[in-house]
Amino acid sequence: MKRRGLFYCQLGFTVLVCLFMIVPVVMSVLAGLTENYFIGLSSGLTLRWVEEVWRLYSDTIRLSIQLALACLVLTLLLGVPAAYALMKSSRRWANAIEEALLLPVAVPGLATALALLLAYGHHRDFRDSWLFILVGHVLFTLPFMVRPVLSVMRASDMQRLEEAAASLGAGFRQRFLGIVIPNCVSGILAGALMVVTLSVGEFNITWMLHTPLNKTLPVGLADSYASMRLEIGSAYTLLFLLMIVPLLITLQWLGSLVTRRH
Amino acid sequence: MSLTSHHEARSLSGAAADVTTKAARRRSYLGTLRRQPAVLLALVPALTFFCAFWLLPFTRLVAMGMQPDKNSGMIAYWAVVAQPQYLYSLLWTLLVSIGVSLLAVATAGVAGFFLARNRFRGKAMLVAMLTFPLAFPGVVVGFLVIMLGGRQGALAQFSMLLFGERWMFAYSLAGLFVGYLYFSIPRVITTVMAACEKLDVSLEEAARSLGAGTWRVTRDVIVPALSPALISTGAICFATSMGAFGTAFTLGTRMSVLPLSIYSEFTNYANFTMAAALSVTLGVITWIALSFARRLAGGSLGASA
Repeated sequence: MKRRGLFYCQLGFTVLVCLFMIVPVVMSVLAGLTENYFIGLSSGLTLRWVEEVWRLYSDTIRLSIQLALACLVLTLLLGVPAAYALMKSSRRWANAIEEALLLPVAVPGLATALALLLAYGHHRDFRDSWLFILVGHVLFTLPFMVRPVLSVMRASDMQRLEEAAASLGAGFRQRFLGIVIPNCVSGILAGALMVVTLSVGEFNITWMLHTPLNKTLPVGLADSYASMRLEIGSAYTLLFLLMIVPLLITLQWLGSLVTRRH
Repeated sequence: MSLTSHHEARSLSGAAADVTTKAARRRSYLGTLRRQPAVLLALVPALTFFCAFWLLPFTRLVAMGMQPDKNSGMIAYWAVVAQPQYLYSLLWTLLVSIGVSLLAVATAGVAGFFLARNRFRGKAMLVAMLTFPLAFPGVVVGFLVIMLGGRQGALAQFSMLLFGERWMFAYSLAGLFVGYLYFSIPRVITTVMAACEKLDVSLEEAARSLGAGTWRVTRDVIVPALSPALISTGAICFATSMGAFGTAFTLGTRMSVLPLSIYSEFTNYANFTMAAALSVTLGVITWIALSFARRLAGGSLGASA
Protein backbone atom coordinates (compact mmCIF):
# COMPACT_ATOMS: atom_id res chain seq x y z
CA MET A 1 0.00 0.00 0.00
CA LYS A 2 3.07 2.16 -0.43
CA ARG A 3 1.86 2.90 -3.92
CA ARG A 4 -1.32 4.42 -2.60
CA GLY A 5 0.67 6.83 -0.44
CA LEU A 6 2.73 7.83 -3.46
CA PHE A 7 -0.43 8.37 -5.48
CA TYR A 8 -1.84 10.83 -2.95
CA CYS A 9 1.51 12.57 -2.66
CA GLN A 10 1.63 13.14 -6.40
CA LEU A 11 -2.02 14.09 -6.53
CA GLY A 12 -1.46 16.66 -3.81
CA PHE A 13 1.52 18.09 -5.65
CA THR A 14 -0.40 18.29 -8.93
CA VAL A 15 -3.32 20.00 -7.22
CA LEU A 16 -0.89 22.53 -5.73
CA VAL A 17 0.52 23.31 -9.18
CA CYS A 18 -3.02 23.61 -10.45
CA LEU A 19 -3.91 26.03 -7.64
CA PHE A 20 -0.91 28.15 -8.59
CA MET A 21 -2.27 28.34 -12.14
CA ILE A 22 -5.91 28.91 -11.30
CA VAL A 23 -6.04 30.98 -8.10
CA PRO A 24 -4.81 34.21 -9.71
CA VAL A 25 -7.31 33.78 -12.57
CA VAL A 26 -10.19 33.33 -10.15
CA MET A 27 -9.01 36.28 -8.07
CA SER A 28 -8.78 38.44 -11.14
CA VAL A 29 -12.28 37.49 -12.28
CA LEU A 30 -13.67 38.21 -8.80
CA ALA A 31 -11.82 41.52 -8.58
CA GLY A 32 -13.39 42.58 -11.86
CA LEU A 33 -16.85 41.95 -10.42
CA THR A 34 -16.32 43.41 -6.93
CA GLU A 35 -17.53 46.86 -5.98
CA ASN A 36 -14.35 47.66 -4.07
CA TYR A 37 -11.60 45.08 -4.08
CA PHE A 38 -9.69 46.81 -1.29
CA ILE A 39 -12.59 46.17 1.05
CA GLY A 40 -13.32 42.77 -0.38
CA LEU A 41 -16.31 40.78 -1.58
CA SER A 42 -18.38 42.21 1.29
CA SER A 43 -18.62 45.47 -0.67
CA GLY A 44 -20.88 43.63 -3.11
CA LEU A 45 -20.77 42.35 -6.66
CA THR A 46 -21.26 44.68 -9.60
CA LEU A 47 -21.00 44.89 -13.38
CA ARG A 48 -20.04 48.56 -13.07
CA TRP A 49 -16.37 47.94 -13.92
CA VAL A 50 -17.19 45.83 -16.94
CA GLU A 51 -19.38 48.67 -18.23
CA GLU A 52 -16.61 51.12 -17.51
CA VAL A 53 -14.16 48.99 -19.48
CA TRP A 54 -16.61 48.78 -22.34
CA ARG A 55 -16.95 52.57 -22.35
CA LEU A 56 -13.18 53.13 -22.27
CA TYR A 57 -11.83 50.28 -24.33
CA SER A 58 -14.49 48.91 -26.68
CA ASP A 59 -12.42 50.30 -29.59
CA THR A 60 -9.55 48.01 -28.71
CA ILE A 61 -11.82 44.98 -28.73
CA ARG A 62 -13.22 45.97 -32.10
CA LEU A 63 -9.75 46.49 -33.56
CA SER A 64 -8.53 43.16 -32.17
CA ILE A 65 -11.41 41.29 -33.80
CA GLN A 66 -10.87 43.13 -37.05
CA LEU A 67 -7.14 42.35 -36.97
CA ALA A 68 -7.71 38.69 -36.12
CA LEU A 69 -10.15 38.24 -39.01
CA ALA A 70 -7.94 40.08 -41.50
CA CYS A 71 -4.98 38.07 -40.27
CA LEU A 72 -6.98 34.88 -40.76
CA VAL A 73 -7.88 35.80 -44.34
CA LEU A 74 -4.27 36.66 -45.19
CA THR A 75 -2.79 33.55 -43.57
CA LEU A 76 -5.35 31.44 -45.46
CA LEU A 77 -4.49 33.09 -48.76
CA LEU A 78 -0.74 32.87 -48.19
CA GLY A 79 -0.50 29.74 -46.07
CA VAL A 80 -2.73 27.14 -47.74
CA PRO A 81 -1.14 27.50 -51.21
CA ALA A 82 2.28 27.55 -49.55
CA ALA A 83 1.52 24.32 -47.69
CA TYR A 84 0.35 22.77 -50.97
CA ALA A 85 3.59 23.73 -52.71
CA LEU A 86 5.65 22.48 -49.75
CA MET A 87 3.84 19.14 -49.92
CA LYS A 88 4.76 18.85 -53.59
CA SER A 89 8.40 19.81 -53.26
CA SER A 90 11.16 17.63 -51.88
CA ARG A 91 11.41 17.16 -48.12
CA ARG A 92 14.70 19.01 -47.92
CA TRP A 93 13.42 22.13 -49.59
CA ALA A 94 10.17 21.98 -47.71
CA ASN A 95 11.96 21.77 -44.38
CA ALA A 96 14.28 24.65 -45.24
CA ILE A 97 11.41 26.89 -46.29
CA GLU A 98 9.31 25.93 -43.30
CA GLU A 99 12.26 26.71 -41.06
CA ALA A 100 12.57 30.13 -42.70
CA LEU A 101 8.86 30.90 -42.26
CA LEU A 102 9.26 29.95 -38.62
CA LEU A 103 11.92 32.60 -38.00
CA PRO A 104 9.45 35.34 -36.96
CA VAL A 105 8.21 32.96 -34.25
CA ALA A 106 11.68 31.83 -33.16
CA VAL A 107 12.96 35.37 -32.85
CA PRO A 108 11.32 37.46 -30.08
CA GLY A 109 8.51 39.71 -31.28
CA LEU A 110 10.41 42.72 -30.06
CA ALA A 111 13.16 42.08 -32.63
CA THR A 112 10.70 41.54 -35.48
CA ALA A 113 8.85 44.73 -34.57
CA LEU A 114 12.08 46.70 -34.35
CA ALA A 115 13.14 45.45 -37.78
CA LEU A 116 9.76 46.46 -39.24
CA LEU A 117 9.91 49.88 -37.61
CA LEU A 118 13.40 50.65 -38.81
CA ALA A 119 12.66 49.46 -42.34
CA TYR A 120 9.16 50.84 -42.92
CA GLY A 121 8.64 53.34 -40.10
CA HIS A 122 9.28 56.32 -42.34
CA HIS A 123 6.29 55.55 -44.57
CA ARG A 124 3.99 57.60 -42.35
CA ASP A 125 0.66 56.53 -43.84
CA PHE A 126 1.55 52.86 -43.60
CA ARG A 127 3.10 53.24 -40.16
CA ASP A 128 0.04 54.98 -38.75
CA SER A 129 -2.53 52.56 -40.13
CA TRP A 130 -3.69 49.32 -38.60
CA LEU A 131 -2.22 47.49 -41.59
CA PHE A 132 1.23 47.92 -40.06
CA ILE A 133 0.16 45.87 -37.06
CA LEU A 134 -1.54 43.39 -39.39
CA VAL A 135 1.79 42.72 -41.14
CA GLY A 136 3.37 41.85 -37.81
CA HIS A 137 0.51 39.54 -36.89
CA VAL A 138 0.62 37.71 -40.24
CA LEU A 139 4.38 37.16 -39.93
CA PHE A 140 3.90 35.75 -36.47
CA THR A 141 0.90 33.50 -37.21
CA LEU A 142 1.66 32.23 -40.73
CA PRO A 143 3.67 29.16 -39.60
CA PHE A 144 0.77 28.13 -37.36
CA MET A 145 -1.42 27.90 -40.47
CA VAL A 146 1.16 26.21 -42.71
CA ARG A 147 2.17 23.52 -40.20
CA PRO A 148 -1.20 21.80 -39.52
CA VAL A 149 -2.37 22.11 -43.13
CA LEU A 150 0.88 20.62 -44.40
CA SER A 151 0.75 17.72 -41.96
CA VAL A 152 -2.85 16.88 -42.86
CA MET A 153 -1.97 17.07 -46.56
CA ARG A 154 0.95 14.71 -46.04
CA ALA A 155 -1.15 12.27 -44.02
CA SER A 156 -3.99 12.04 -46.54
CA ASP A 157 -2.14 10.75 -49.61
CA MET A 158 -3.02 13.81 -51.62
CA GLN A 159 -0.80 12.77 -54.53
CA ARG A 160 -2.92 9.69 -55.28
CA LEU A 161 -6.22 11.53 -54.89
CA GLU A 162 -5.11 14.30 -57.17
CA GLU A 163 -3.87 11.88 -59.81
CA ALA A 164 -7.21 10.12 -59.74
CA ALA A 165 -8.97 13.43 -60.26
CA ALA A 166 -6.54 14.43 -62.99
CA SER A 167 -7.05 11.13 -64.82
CA LEU A 168 -10.78 11.88 -64.78
CA GLY A 169 -10.04 15.14 -66.51
CA ALA A 170 -10.08 17.64 -63.64
CA GLY A 171 -8.02 20.75 -64.23
CA PHE A 172 -5.78 22.33 -61.65
CA ARG A 173 -8.41 24.72 -60.32
CA GLN A 174 -10.97 21.98 -60.02
CA ARG A 175 -8.48 19.71 -58.28
CA PHE A 176 -7.33 22.36 -55.85
CA LEU A 177 -10.81 23.49 -54.86
CA GLY A 178 -12.56 20.11 -55.15
CA ILE A 179 -9.91 17.70 -53.84
CA VAL A 180 -7.12 19.46 -52.01
CA ILE A 181 -9.08 21.95 -49.92
CA PRO A 182 -11.90 19.60 -48.77
CA ASN A 183 -9.32 16.98 -47.78
CA CYS A 184 -7.41 19.24 -45.45
CA VAL A 185 -10.36 21.00 -43.81
CA SER A 186 -9.40 19.73 -40.36
CA GLY A 187 -5.91 21.16 -40.75
CA ILE A 188 -7.26 24.47 -42.02
CA LEU A 189 -9.71 24.66 -39.13
CA ALA A 190 -7.03 23.93 -36.51
CA GLY A 191 -4.71 26.46 -38.13
CA ALA A 192 -7.47 29.07 -38.32
CA LEU A 193 -8.35 28.77 -34.63
CA MET A 194 -4.69 28.96 -33.69
CA VAL A 195 -4.16 32.04 -35.87
CA VAL A 196 -7.16 33.85 -34.39
CA THR A 197 -6.17 32.94 -30.81
CA LEU A 198 -2.59 34.09 -31.29
CA SER A 199 -3.57 37.26 -33.09
CA VAL A 200 -6.05 38.28 -30.38
CA GLY A 201 -3.42 37.72 -27.69
CA GLU A 202 -0.34 39.09 -29.48
CA PHE A 203 1.42 41.76 -27.44
CA ASN A 204 5.19 41.89 -28.05
CA ILE A 205 5.05 42.94 -31.70
CA THR A 206 1.86 44.96 -31.34
CA TRP A 207 3.10 47.08 -28.44
CA MET A 208 5.97 48.37 -30.57
CA LEU A 209 3.86 48.91 -33.68
CA HIS A 210 0.71 50.44 -32.18
CA THR A 211 -0.20 54.11 -32.32
CA PRO A 212 -2.47 55.97 -29.88
CA LEU A 213 -5.29 55.57 -32.40
CA ASN A 214 -4.65 51.91 -33.08
CA LYS A 215 -4.73 50.01 -29.82
CA THR A 216 -5.48 46.30 -29.68
CA LEU A 217 -6.92 44.45 -26.73
CA PRO A 218 -3.60 43.37 -25.16
CA VAL A 219 -2.21 46.89 -25.66
CA GLY A 220 -5.27 48.27 -23.89
CA LEU A 221 -4.77 45.69 -21.15
CA ALA A 222 -1.19 46.84 -20.54
CA ASP A 223 -2.48 50.40 -20.55
CA SER A 224 -5.17 49.67 -17.97
CA TYR A 225 -2.79 47.67 -15.74
CA ALA A 226 -0.43 50.62 -15.64
CA SER A 227 -2.86 53.46 -15.14
CA MET A 228 -6.28 52.24 -13.96
CA ARG A 229 -7.52 50.85 -10.70
CA LEU A 230 -7.24 47.13 -10.09
CA GLU A 231 -10.96 46.50 -10.62
CA ILE A 232 -10.85 47.94 -14.14
CA GLY A 233 -7.78 45.93 -15.10
CA SER A 234 -9.50 42.83 -13.76
CA ALA A 235 -12.77 43.49 -15.54
CA TYR A 236 -10.84 44.03 -18.75
CA THR A 237 -8.97 40.75 -18.22
CA LEU A 238 -12.35 39.10 -17.69
CA LEU A 239 -13.53 40.34 -21.09
CA PHE A 240 -10.33 39.06 -22.66
CA LEU A 241 -10.86 35.64 -21.08
CA LEU A 242 -14.43 35.57 -22.36
CA MET A 243 -13.07 36.07 -25.87
CA ILE A 244 -10.20 33.63 -25.73
CA VAL A 245 -11.48 30.69 -23.68
CA PRO A 246 -14.16 29.57 -26.18
CA LEU A 247 -11.51 29.60 -28.91
CA LEU A 248 -9.23 27.45 -26.78
CA ILE A 249 -11.95 24.98 -25.89
CA THR A 250 -12.86 24.55 -29.56
CA LEU A 251 -9.20 24.10 -30.42
CA GLN A 252 -8.75 21.39 -27.81
CA TRP A 253 -11.95 19.65 -28.84
CA LEU A 254 -10.80 19.70 -32.46
CA GLY A 255 -7.43 18.31 -31.47
CA SER A 256 -8.97 15.41 -29.58
CA LEU A 257 -11.30 14.76 -32.49
CA VAL A 258 -8.39 14.50 -34.93
CA THR A 259 -6.32 12.24 -32.69
CA ARG A 260 -9.30 9.96 -32.12
CA ARG A 261 -9.80 9.59 -35.85
CA HIS A 262 -6.15 8.64 -36.52
CA MET B 1 -4.83 -25.77 -47.32
CA SER B 2 -7.13 -22.86 -47.69
CA LEU B 3 -4.82 -20.96 -45.45
CA THR B 4 -1.84 -21.38 -47.76
CA SER B 5 -3.80 -20.52 -50.87
CA HIS B 6 -5.13 -17.48 -49.14
CA HIS B 7 -1.62 -16.56 -48.22
CA GLU B 8 -0.42 -17.10 -51.78
CA ALA B 9 -3.21 -15.05 -53.18
CA ARG B 10 -2.30 -12.27 -50.77
CA SER B 11 1.34 -12.31 -51.71
CA LEU B 12 0.43 -12.45 -55.40
CA SER B 13 -1.87 -9.50 -55.15
CA GLY B 14 0.85 -7.85 -53.08
CA ALA B 15 3.35 -8.32 -55.86
CA ALA B 16 0.90 -7.00 -58.39
CA ALA B 17 0.26 -4.00 -56.22
CA ASP B 18 4.00 -3.53 -55.89
CA VAL B 19 4.41 -3.40 -59.67
CA THR B 20 1.56 -0.95 -60.06
CA THR B 21 2.82 1.31 -57.28
CA LYS B 22 6.26 1.32 -58.84
CA ALA B 23 4.81 2.33 -62.17
CA ALA B 24 2.56 4.83 -60.48
CA ARG B 25 5.47 6.24 -58.56
CA ARG B 26 7.48 6.68 -61.74
CA ARG B 27 4.55 8.27 -63.47
CA SER B 28 3.83 10.56 -60.54
CA TYR B 29 7.52 11.43 -60.35
CA LEU B 30 7.43 12.50 -64.01
CA GLY B 31 4.20 14.28 -63.34
CA THR B 32 5.70 16.14 -60.40
CA LEU B 33 8.63 17.17 -62.51
CA ARG B 34 6.36 18.49 -65.19
CA ARG B 35 4.12 20.26 -62.71
CA GLN B 36 6.89 21.61 -60.54
CA PRO B 37 7.13 25.23 -61.81
CA ALA B 38 3.38 25.75 -61.57
CA VAL B 39 3.30 24.30 -58.08
CA LEU B 40 6.15 26.46 -56.89
CA LEU B 41 4.12 29.48 -57.93
CA ALA B 42 1.89 28.73 -54.96
CA LEU B 43 4.79 29.52 -52.69
CA VAL B 44 5.41 32.92 -54.23
CA PRO B 45 2.90 34.99 -52.22
CA ALA B 46 4.03 33.64 -48.85
CA LEU B 47 7.72 33.93 -49.67
CA THR B 48 7.34 37.43 -51.09
CA PHE B 49 5.55 38.54 -47.97
CA PHE B 50 8.18 36.91 -45.78
CA CYS B 51 11.10 38.43 -47.68
CA ALA B 52 9.61 41.91 -47.87
CA PHE B 53 8.45 42.18 -44.29
CA TRP B 54 10.83 39.97 -42.36
CA LEU B 55 13.98 38.92 -44.20
CA LEU B 56 14.84 42.34 -45.62
CA PRO B 57 14.04 44.33 -42.46
CA PHE B 58 15.85 41.82 -40.30
CA THR B 59 18.92 41.87 -42.54
CA ARG B 60 18.98 45.63 -42.12
CA LEU B 61 18.68 45.17 -38.38
CA VAL B 62 21.67 42.82 -38.43
CA ALA B 63 23.65 45.34 -40.47
CA MET B 64 22.64 48.17 -38.20
CA GLY B 65 24.18 46.36 -35.23
CA MET B 66 27.58 46.58 -36.94
CA GLN B 67 27.57 50.34 -36.72
CA PRO B 68 29.31 52.05 -33.82
CA ASP B 69 27.26 52.65 -30.69
CA LYS B 70 26.79 56.37 -30.22
CA ASN B 71 27.70 56.37 -26.52
CA SER B 72 30.81 54.20 -26.40
CA GLY B 73 31.91 54.38 -30.03
CA MET B 74 32.34 50.60 -30.13
CA ILE B 75 30.77 48.36 -32.73
CA ALA B 76 27.35 47.71 -31.17
CA TYR B 77 27.70 43.90 -31.13
CA TRP B 78 31.00 44.30 -29.32
CA ALA B 79 29.42 46.72 -26.87
CA VAL B 80 26.90 44.00 -25.92
CA VAL B 81 29.69 42.02 -24.28
CA ALA B 82 32.12 44.85 -23.50
CA GLN B 83 29.76 47.30 -21.79
CA PRO B 84 28.90 46.05 -18.29
CA GLN B 85 25.30 47.27 -18.29
CA TYR B 86 24.47 45.24 -21.43
CA LEU B 87 26.53 42.24 -20.43
CA TYR B 88 24.88 42.08 -17.00
CA SER B 89 21.49 42.40 -18.61
CA LEU B 90 22.32 39.52 -20.94
CA LEU B 91 23.76 37.28 -18.21
CA TRP B 92 20.92 38.11 -15.85
CA THR B 93 18.33 37.17 -18.44
CA LEU B 94 20.17 33.94 -19.26
CA LEU B 95 20.37 33.02 -15.58
CA VAL B 96 16.69 33.72 -14.83
CA SER B 97 15.58 31.85 -17.95
CA ILE B 98 17.70 28.80 -17.19
CA GLY B 99 16.48 28.76 -13.58
CA VAL B 100 12.86 29.03 -14.63
CA SER B 101 13.21 26.29 -17.25
CA LEU B 102 14.78 23.86 -14.80
CA LEU B 103 12.16 24.48 -12.14
CA ALA B 104 9.30 24.31 -14.67
CA VAL B 105 10.54 21.02 -16.12
CA ALA B 106 10.94 19.55 -12.64
CA THR B 107 7.54 20.54 -11.23
CA ALA B 108 5.45 20.23 -14.37
CA GLY B 109 7.31 17.06 -15.32
CA VAL B 110 6.14 15.35 -12.12
CA ALA B 111 2.60 16.66 -12.51
CA GLY B 112 2.46 15.78 -16.22
CA PHE B 113 3.71 12.25 -15.63
CA PHE B 114 1.23 11.74 -12.82
CA LEU B 115 -1.64 12.97 -14.98
CA ALA B 116 -0.64 10.80 -17.93
CA ARG B 117 -0.38 7.65 -15.82
CA ASN B 118 -3.35 7.79 -13.51
CA ARG B 119 -7.07 7.76 -14.05
CA PHE B 120 -9.31 9.37 -11.46
CA ARG B 121 -12.42 11.46 -11.21
CA GLY B 122 -11.86 15.13 -12.07
CA LYS B 123 -8.69 14.46 -14.03
CA ALA B 124 -9.96 16.06 -17.24
CA MET B 125 -10.85 19.16 -15.23
CA LEU B 126 -7.40 19.27 -13.68
CA VAL B 127 -5.71 18.92 -17.08
CA ALA B 128 -7.88 21.64 -18.56
CA MET B 129 -7.11 24.05 -15.73
CA LEU B 130 -3.39 23.35 -15.99
CA THR B 131 -3.19 23.85 -19.73
CA PHE B 132 -5.60 26.62 -20.66
CA PRO B 133 -3.29 29.44 -19.48
CA LEU B 134 -1.06 28.38 -22.40
CA ALA B 135 -2.60 31.06 -24.59
CA PHE B 136 -2.37 33.94 -22.12
CA PRO B 137 -0.28 36.79 -23.46
CA GLY B 138 2.66 37.94 -21.34
CA VAL B 139 0.83 41.05 -20.14
CA VAL B 140 -1.97 39.00 -18.64
CA VAL B 141 0.53 36.71 -16.94
CA GLY B 142 2.19 39.81 -15.46
CA PHE B 143 -1.16 40.97 -14.14
CA LEU B 144 -1.87 37.55 -12.62
CA VAL B 145 1.44 37.79 -10.77
CA ILE B 146 0.26 41.12 -9.41
CA MET B 147 -2.94 39.37 -8.28
CA LEU B 148 -0.76 36.88 -6.40
CA GLY B 149 2.02 39.02 -5.06
CA GLY B 150 1.07 42.67 -5.54
CA ARG B 151 -0.05 45.27 -3.01
CA GLN B 152 -3.58 43.82 -2.82
CA GLY B 153 -2.52 40.33 -3.88
CA ALA B 154 -3.29 36.96 -2.32
CA LEU B 155 -0.06 36.86 -0.34
CA ALA B 156 -0.49 40.41 0.96
CA GLN B 157 -4.04 39.68 2.16
CA PHE B 158 -2.91 36.44 3.75
CA SER B 159 0.05 37.97 5.55
CA MET B 160 -2.07 40.96 6.61
CA LEU B 161 -4.47 38.56 8.28
CA LEU B 162 -1.76 36.61 10.07
CA PHE B 163 1.02 39.09 10.76
CA GLY B 164 -0.51 42.50 10.17
CA GLU B 165 1.85 43.43 7.33
CA ARG B 166 1.67 43.23 3.57
CA TRP B 167 4.11 40.88 1.90
CA MET B 168 4.81 41.54 -1.76
CA PHE B 169 7.02 39.98 -4.39
CA ALA B 170 5.40 40.98 -7.69
CA TYR B 171 7.67 43.88 -8.52
CA SER B 172 10.97 42.14 -7.72
CA LEU B 173 13.01 39.41 -9.34
CA ALA B 174 10.80 36.86 -7.58
CA GLY B 175 7.76 38.27 -9.38
CA LEU B 176 9.46 37.94 -12.72
CA PHE B 177 10.48 34.39 -11.84
CA VAL B 178 6.93 33.45 -10.82
CA GLY B 179 5.53 34.98 -14.01
CA TYR B 180 7.92 33.07 -16.25
CA LEU B 181 7.16 29.91 -14.30
CA TYR B 182 3.47 30.55 -14.82
CA PHE B 183 3.63 30.55 -18.60
CA SER B 184 6.18 27.72 -18.72
CA ILE B 185 4.22 25.15 -16.70
CA PRO B 186 1.37 24.54 -19.20
CA ARG B 187 3.89 24.06 -22.03
CA VAL B 188 5.83 21.43 -20.10
CA ILE B 189 2.69 19.62 -18.95
CA THR B 190 1.26 19.24 -22.46
CA THR B 191 4.60 18.03 -23.82
CA VAL B 192 5.26 15.58 -20.99
CA MET B 193 1.75 14.14 -21.18
CA ALA B 194 2.13 13.59 -24.93
CA ALA B 195 5.54 11.97 -24.44
CA CYS B 196 4.22 9.63 -21.74
CA GLU B 197 1.65 8.25 -24.16
CA LYS B 198 4.52 6.99 -26.33
CA LEU B 199 6.50 5.42 -23.48
CA ASP B 200 7.17 1.70 -23.73
CA VAL B 201 5.52 0.36 -20.58
CA SER B 202 7.10 -3.09 -21.02
CA LEU B 203 10.51 -1.62 -20.16
CA GLU B 204 9.18 -0.49 -16.81
CA GLU B 205 7.57 -3.85 -16.20
CA ALA B 206 10.85 -5.56 -17.03
CA ALA B 207 12.71 -3.33 -14.60
CA ARG B 208 10.12 -3.98 -11.91
CA SER B 209 10.23 -7.73 -12.46
CA LEU B 210 14.00 -7.55 -11.97
CA GLY B 211 13.31 -6.08 -8.57
CA ALA B 212 13.75 -2.36 -9.14
CA GLY B 213 11.76 -0.11 -6.82
CA THR B 214 9.63 2.86 -7.87
CA TRP B 215 12.48 5.30 -7.37
CA ARG B 216 14.93 3.16 -9.31
CA VAL B 217 12.49 2.70 -12.21
CA THR B 218 11.88 6.43 -12.32
CA ARG B 219 15.55 7.27 -12.33
CA ASP B 220 16.83 4.58 -14.68
CA VAL B 221 13.91 3.94 -17.04
CA ILE B 222 11.31 6.69 -17.10
CA VAL B 223 13.46 9.81 -16.91
CA PRO B 224 15.95 8.62 -19.58
CA ALA B 225 13.06 7.66 -21.87
CA LEU B 226 11.40 11.03 -21.37
CA SER B 227 14.61 13.03 -21.55
CA PRO B 228 14.36 14.16 -25.21
CA ALA B 229 10.90 15.58 -24.47
CA LEU B 230 12.06 17.11 -21.18
CA ILE B 231 15.12 18.74 -22.71
CA SER B 232 13.22 20.04 -25.72
CA THR B 233 10.37 21.49 -23.68
CA GLY B 234 12.97 22.99 -21.35
CA ALA B 235 14.64 24.65 -24.31
CA ILE B 236 11.28 26.07 -25.42
CA CYS B 237 10.65 27.46 -21.92
CA PHE B 238 14.13 28.95 -21.97
CA ALA B 239 13.58 30.67 -25.31
CA THR B 240 10.15 31.94 -24.27
CA SER B 241 11.52 33.35 -21.02
CA MET B 242 14.44 35.00 -22.79
CA GLY B 243 12.12 36.90 -25.10
CA ALA B 244 9.23 37.49 -22.68
CA PHE B 245 8.60 41.19 -22.98
CA GLY B 246 4.97 41.49 -21.90
CA THR B 247 5.38 39.99 -18.42
CA ALA B 248 8.46 42.05 -17.57
CA PHE B 249 6.80 45.14 -18.99
CA THR B 250 3.65 44.75 -16.87
CA LEU B 251 5.63 44.11 -13.71
CA GLY B 252 7.76 47.13 -14.58
CA THR B 253 10.66 45.45 -12.89
CA ARG B 254 13.79 47.43 -12.17
CA MET B 255 15.62 44.22 -13.01
CA SER B 256 17.00 45.01 -16.45
CA VAL B 257 16.15 41.86 -18.38
CA LEU B 258 17.17 41.95 -22.02
CA PRO B 259 13.76 42.69 -23.60
CA LEU B 260 13.31 45.65 -21.27
CA SER B 261 16.83 46.89 -22.06
CA ILE B 262 16.08 46.73 -25.77
CA TYR B 263 12.81 48.56 -25.26
CA SER B 264 14.38 51.35 -23.24
CA GLU B 265 17.34 51.74 -25.63
CA PHE B 266 14.84 52.15 -28.43
CA THR B 267 12.19 54.38 -26.87
CA ASN B 268 13.98 56.26 -24.08
CA TYR B 269 17.40 56.84 -25.62
CA ALA B 270 16.61 56.44 -29.34
CA ASN B 271 19.81 54.41 -29.51
CA PHE B 272 18.79 52.35 -32.54
CA THR B 273 22.14 50.68 -33.19
CA MET B 274 22.31 49.33 -29.64
CA ALA B 275 18.66 48.22 -29.72
CA ALA B 276 19.37 46.45 -33.00
CA ALA B 277 22.50 44.71 -31.71
CA LEU B 278 20.78 43.59 -28.52
CA SER B 279 17.71 42.26 -30.28
CA VAL B 280 19.76 40.38 -32.88
CA THR B 281 21.78 38.82 -30.04
CA LEU B 282 18.57 37.86 -28.27
CA GLY B 283 17.07 36.54 -31.51
CA VAL B 284 20.09 34.34 -32.23
CA ILE B 285 19.96 32.86 -28.72
CA THR B 286 16.24 32.04 -28.85
CA TRP B 287 16.52 30.74 -32.39
CA ILE B 288 19.31 28.34 -31.44
CA ALA B 289 17.36 27.13 -28.40
CA LEU B 290 14.20 26.55 -30.43
CA SER B 291 15.91 24.76 -33.33
CA PHE B 292 17.65 22.56 -30.80
CA ALA B 293 14.27 21.79 -29.24
CA ARG B 294 12.70 21.04 -32.61
CA ARG B 295 15.54 18.76 -33.63
CA LEU B 296 15.01 16.78 -30.43
CA ALA B 297 11.24 16.60 -30.52
CA GLY B 298 10.39 17.31 -34.14
CA GLY B 299 7.02 18.61 -33.07
CA SER B 300 5.53 21.74 -31.64
CA LEU B 301 6.36 25.24 -32.78
CA GLY B 302 6.77 27.03 -29.50
CA ALA B 303 5.06 30.39 -29.25
CA SER B 304 6.27 33.47 -27.47
CA ALA B 305 4.65 34.96 -24.41
